[in-house]
Amino acid sequence: MTDIPTVAPQLYLQSRSRWRPIEIVFWLATLLPFWLFPDYLSLASQIAVASLFALSLDLILGYAGVVSLGHAAFFGLGAYTAGLFSIYVWGEVFTGLIAGAAVAALVGYASSFIISRFRHLTLIMITLGLGLLLHEAANSAGWLTGGSDGLQGIEVWKVAGLFSFDLYGVTAYSYTLGVLFVVFLAARRLINSPFGLALRGIRENFVRMPAIGADSNSHIRKVYTISAALAGVAGALIAQTTQTVSLEALSFERSADVLVMLVLGGAGRLYGGLIGAAVFMIARDQFSGIAPQYWYFWIGILLVVVVMLLPNGILGGLSKIFARWSRR
Amino acid sequence: MLPPVFGVLFDGIAYGMLLFVLSVGLSVTLGLMNFVNLAHCAFAMLGGYVTVILMRDLHWPFFATLPMAFCAAALLSIVVERILYRRLYRASDLDQVLLTIGLAFISVAIAAWFFGTQQQPITLPSYLHGSFNVMGLNIAAYRLFLIAIGIVVTVMLIVTVEHTRFGAQVRAAVDNQRMARGLGIDVDRTFAITFALGSGLAGLGGALAIEIVGLDPQFAFTYLVYVLIIVSVGGLGSIGGSFAAACLIGVSDIAGKYYAPQLGAFLIYLVMVAVLMWRPAGLFGRR
Repeated sequence: MTDIPTVAPQLYLQSRSRWRPIEIVFWLATLLPFWLFPDYLSLASQIAVASLFALSLDLILGYAGVVSLGHAAFFGLGAYTAGLFSIYVWGEVFTGLIAGAAVAALVGYASSFIISRFRHLTLIMITLGLGLLLHEAANSAGWLTGGSDGLQGIEVWKVAGLFSFDLYGVTAYSYTLGVLFVVFLAARRLINSPFGLALRGIRENFVRMPAIGADSNSHIRKVYTISAALAGVAGALIAQTTQTVSLEALSFERSADVLVMLVLGGAGRLYGGLIGAAVFMIARDQFSGIAPQYWYFWIGILLVVVVMLLPNGILGGLSKIFARWSRR
Repeated sequence: MLPPVFGVLFDGIAYGMLLFVLSVGLSVTLGLMNFVNLAHCAFAMLGGYVTVILMRDLHWPFFATLPMAFCAAALLSIVVERILYRRLYRASDLDQVLLTIGLAFISVAIAAWFFGTQQQPITLPSYLHGSFNVMGLNIAAYRLFLIAIGIVVTVMLIVTVEHTRFGAQVRAAVDNQRMARGLGIDVDRTFAITFALGSGLAGLGGALAIEIVGLDPQFAFTYLVYVLIIVSVGGLGSIGGSFAAACLIGVSDIAGKYYAPQLGAFLIYLVMVAVLMWRPAGLFGRR
């Protein structure tokens, strides 16, 4: 490694958390759909939700190295909680988001005691098993969740009492993008803190971190809870903007999809999940128009190509090209 | 007269034998190379489709198609191992998971392209049809046949692993790969052969599974979950462990469906999470 910092730790973290021009350009570009693709705003809001979900997975997978095949559990928990909240309590959206995040965080915290004990294949199997358990539980509890028919009758109020969810998705996209941006700021702050640095240490060497004074297990418990809460927010957003929740929100396919998005964009980079989600969702939108049943063929090809040729995702590939270009 | 619990036990063990044949290959390759092959059930699916084509279009007898299902899956696995898997033995878990999930997705799409998404029924020979009555128990002939196959496969595997030179090399490589290499065992070749045998068994399992659970393009994922559960519950690299876990999961699944159908597949996931909490390396795992 050539970029070992020789500066003081505080300065190193400060320099990492400074905003770069390309980031500002990126966030300005997220506003373009309002003018360029006004017909695709509902797709854009789904991309924002998927980005948020991928970002939550990035915190545990990209930074702490915890591979999860069951992250949809928290997405689904958030979605069902927000949906039920709007049916039984009231339709105010922000409290619904908080409720979704709180329930997901609670379950995430409880399961983090299991998660932090295991590594490797056992960990993958435990996350898969817990995800499937929750899916079956939601399927069985038809009186609460509507079972395979999905949760019906969600009605949400206007956002901040002013903007109602319209057919074109203007409000939906503004709302999801706003939430995504706020959450992104929080995640960015988290990653560029000493805590974030410790997470990367755990990813690189799980056994050594406790020896230099950072308890791996308690760090993993914390980040897993945070990640679960963020996935819950993403789920709550999808429940509020589409006003329906189906069992699909808890399914293995959703866990696999978010993994694909993150790896496609580049795990362990803040923008990896965002870029990956955008590419994935747009590609799915385009390909599904041609032949929906063969969409997974292209996903499969994509995965093989990414693993074989682009080990760090699109962003990893780009930064490699950029590094080679700037060295010249 | 025997109470119905024995009937459930019998069906559960027959189902467990099917799951054992499907999963034992993955267990050994995982133990040997730590290679997480989530495309394992894609090979099983290939075996199933080979049997369907041979029986329906070429009118082969059922028994003649079983070796072909084995060989087709084994041959394809050698090709895939050479081209793709070999490069990822030292890669991270995540890369292996992604690559093999990708292959499973591709296999699902290819199967849907050639055969459509509907179930592929086959007509079994008459002597495997029907059932007979033993002390009040209704014994289906095909399930008895499954148990017989399961026992034959287990005995052959145990004899191969315990009493042949090749088996000794496999055991040495599972126990301590670096030491085995140091002793001059060609671990890569051992692995390639084991991998082909394991995939072949998966292909055989896929062919046997058609009558019990049906065959459609989603097979590669539906049964992947079962196979992974058995492998992790039984412990990596342990044939006896896979056997015990397959019986446990088979009986739990059938008993769950019989006594508490509203729980659905809840019971087996619960069994898996409980076993892994108690013993993270599986029932018979050492690492």
